Amino acid sequence: MKNVKILGTGCANCRNTFALVAEVARARGAEVHIEKVEELQAIMGFGVMSTPGVVIDGKVVHAGGVPARSKVEGWF
Amino acid sequence: MTALTEASATPRRAPWAWLGFALLAWIGAYASLDACADAVVAALGLAGGSRLGESVRFFAYDTPKVLLLLAGIVFAMGVIHTFIAPERTRALLAGRRLGIGNVMAATLGIVTPFCSCSAVPLFIGFLAAGVPLGVTFSFLISAPMVNEVALALLFGMFGWKVAALYLGLGLTVAIVAGLVIGQLGMERHLEDWVRAMQASQPAQFEAARPAWPERIDAGVAHVKSIVGKVWPYIIAGIALGAGIHGYVPEDFMAAIMGKDAPWWSLPAAVAIGVPMYTNAAGIIPVVEALLGKGAALGTVLAFMMSVIALSAPEMIILRKVLKPPLIATFAGVVAAGILVVGYVFNAVL
Repeated sequence: MKNVKILGTGCANCRNTFALVAEVARARGAEVHIEKVEELQAIMGFGVMSTPGVVIDGKVVHAGGVPARSKVEGWF
Repeated sequence: MTALTEASATPRRAPWAWLGFALLAWIGAYASLDACADAVVAALGLAGGSRLGESVRFFAYDTPKVLLLLAGIVFAMGVIHTFIAPERTRALLAGRRLGIGNVMAATLGIVTPFCSCSAVPLFIGFLAAGVPLGVTFSFLISAPMVNEVALALLFGMFGWKVAALYLGLGLTVAIVAGLVIGQLGMERHLEDWVRAMQASQPAQFEAARPAWPERIDAGVAHVKSIVGKVWPYIIAGIALGAGIHGYVPEDFMAAIMGKDAPWWSLPAAVAIGVPMYTNAAGIIPVVEALLGKGAALGTVLAFMMSVIALSAPEMIILRKVLKPPLIATFAGVVAAGILVVGYVFNAVL
């Protein structure tokens, strides 16, 4: 069970990232718990300054844009 | 600058051949703009000199020209973005003094990928890494105002001189406004939690260095996302320019926004522009209509800058990190800078 957090203040790119990660995880049959982190202080707490960012099991794996699908596939 | 989207497709098999072919196609299309516009007018059976014929020709020439220029510039910017991540810009600016730091920040603001919704995280991230407040503001003002879409559209519709002036003046406003805010020493007007944040460490997150095929893909993806989003505004703007050609008097706007308009017309234009919120593409139809009807260039550019650089939604987001005196200073300094630019422009041209 992987714990995935999508960091972003709620813009279109953040929503796209969330949808992409959810879709790839489902397609791969990976067991994940995905949640959005929209609170600025929480986002900054991860040290991410360009959103959207992705955190998996507490580790920042991506920041600064919608990730490429191939990159997301590499996570699951 | 708008959203950065990474390429979602796998890298092209022969990226250089693809790029060469695309470049040739682009040059070919640009070289045949005139012939194509003439062909469209002829195909519709319109006389070359008639009012309707001229309007249609204007539309058939300008639309592909502006879209081609936009696609070319946005592609180049998409590739440049792969070299300059925000983290890199931050590292370049950390610990810079006011002055040189402001010039660098404003310039980097043009080429750093920047999504308006990450303005606040970027702002805090910069401060946390030791970028001075005034330098951070130079970046924050320049990044949305002097962007490739605004420059490409001004270049395509009004020529390179107007685009160059907008670039130079936009940078000047960003640099000077950042300097002024830095000199005022307003660090204590940051929200308390932001100041506490300044001691925190940035994430140890190392992005892989992209290879050239990926950079080219990023350029293509950037074109898809930007041009795909703004083309309706561009067509609307050019159609408006072509359409009002004969139907609204040429000097309709001259009395209130022209060169000989009263002194207050410029502050009024900026005051109207500040609360308005749209992107560079959305404002272009308005700019086209105003310029075509006798409004002075300085007044129109000042209006455009105030719409793009300052907006009510942005102030509301910034309120999370800035206390009211700093927000007011930010808006006041930028608006004043834009005003000076407008007056200088109107006086010189």
